Amino acid sequence: MSQGDTAALEHHYTTTGLPSRKMLMWAFIGSECMFFGSLITTYLVYHGRNLQGPYPADLLSVPFISVTTFVLLMSSLMMVLALSAVQRGQKKWTRVFLFLTPFLGMIFLGGQVIEFTHFAESGLSLSRNLFGSTFFVLTGFHGAHVTVGVIWLLTLWVQSLRGKLGSEHSLSVEIAGLYWHFVDVVWVVLFTVIYLMQGVKT
Amino acid sequence: MSEQAAAAGHSEPHASNRTYVGVAAVLAVLTALEVMVFFLPSVQPVLVPILLVLMAAKFALVVMFFMHLKFDANIFSGLFVGPLIIASAIIISMIFLYINYAPSGGS
Repeated sequence: MSQGDTAALEHHYTTTGLPSRKMLMWAFIGSECMFFGSLITTYLVYHGRNLQGPYPADLLSVPFISVTTFVLLMSSLMMVLALSAVQRGQKKWTRVFLFLTPFLGMIFLGGQVIEFTHFAESGLSLSRNLFGSTFFVLTGFHGAHVTVGVIWLLTLWVQSLRGKLGSEHSLSVEIAGLYWHFVDVVWVVLFTVIYLMQGVKT
Repeated sequence: MSEQAAAAGHSEPHASNRTYVGVAAVLAVLTALEVMVFFLPSVQPVLVPILLVLMAAKFALVVMFFMHLKFDANIFSGLFVGPLIIASAIIISMIFLYINYAPSGGS
């Protein structure tokens, strides 16, 4: 594929006049709503129906997870500032914010690793009880999404370091940003449903 | 997006950086409120409605400002809100379906 073909593909617009890649990302995010919706449904339906421990109240730490939640929210701010910088052609700030976003994402993932390790040491596993099965599947899939986002953003950061991410490529950053903000918005829901509503019977 | 920007294949900033920082500050305050409410014994009877309102506010702020649905074409809102309504309906209907299902024991 020639460079001209690549550029034409990158800047392809649908008949609505909107970028096809952005349209595709929104359709994908729509499908992800259904995906996480089914996992949240499963978690809520089985919530409070464990026949043996450990139970959510024995393990879930709201103060600890509040910190990682704050970190993920701030990574969303860094992401939107990275997009703003690339749209304005500010290469230095694009590099700074494109590094800070996955960096904060990695801190969030580190928190999840610590939490999972603590739960495993306390006897919780995928097959231990309904809480273990639904909790690990739901937060595990979210963590996998964060991991994909971190890798994606790091590739954009490397591109920016090599001077290959100018304002003409802002759509690439915007699409990665949409994915990252969606991952953040899913956590907004999970934080409430899993941690803050842990004592609520469904 | 202007026609010129569209022709060049790049988008323009949707809002100012000050707006983004302001939204992030509100998100941080809402998160702190959520945690505070969780630990307040006097709020426990109305904990769920309060948490759901705060969660919805945070969700809307991120989607409208950080994901730019407030500024972008309506078709993107349709692509997102449509499946979101279906997913929410499934969650609510399944909870009501299973609310009276109680196996022996459990916590």
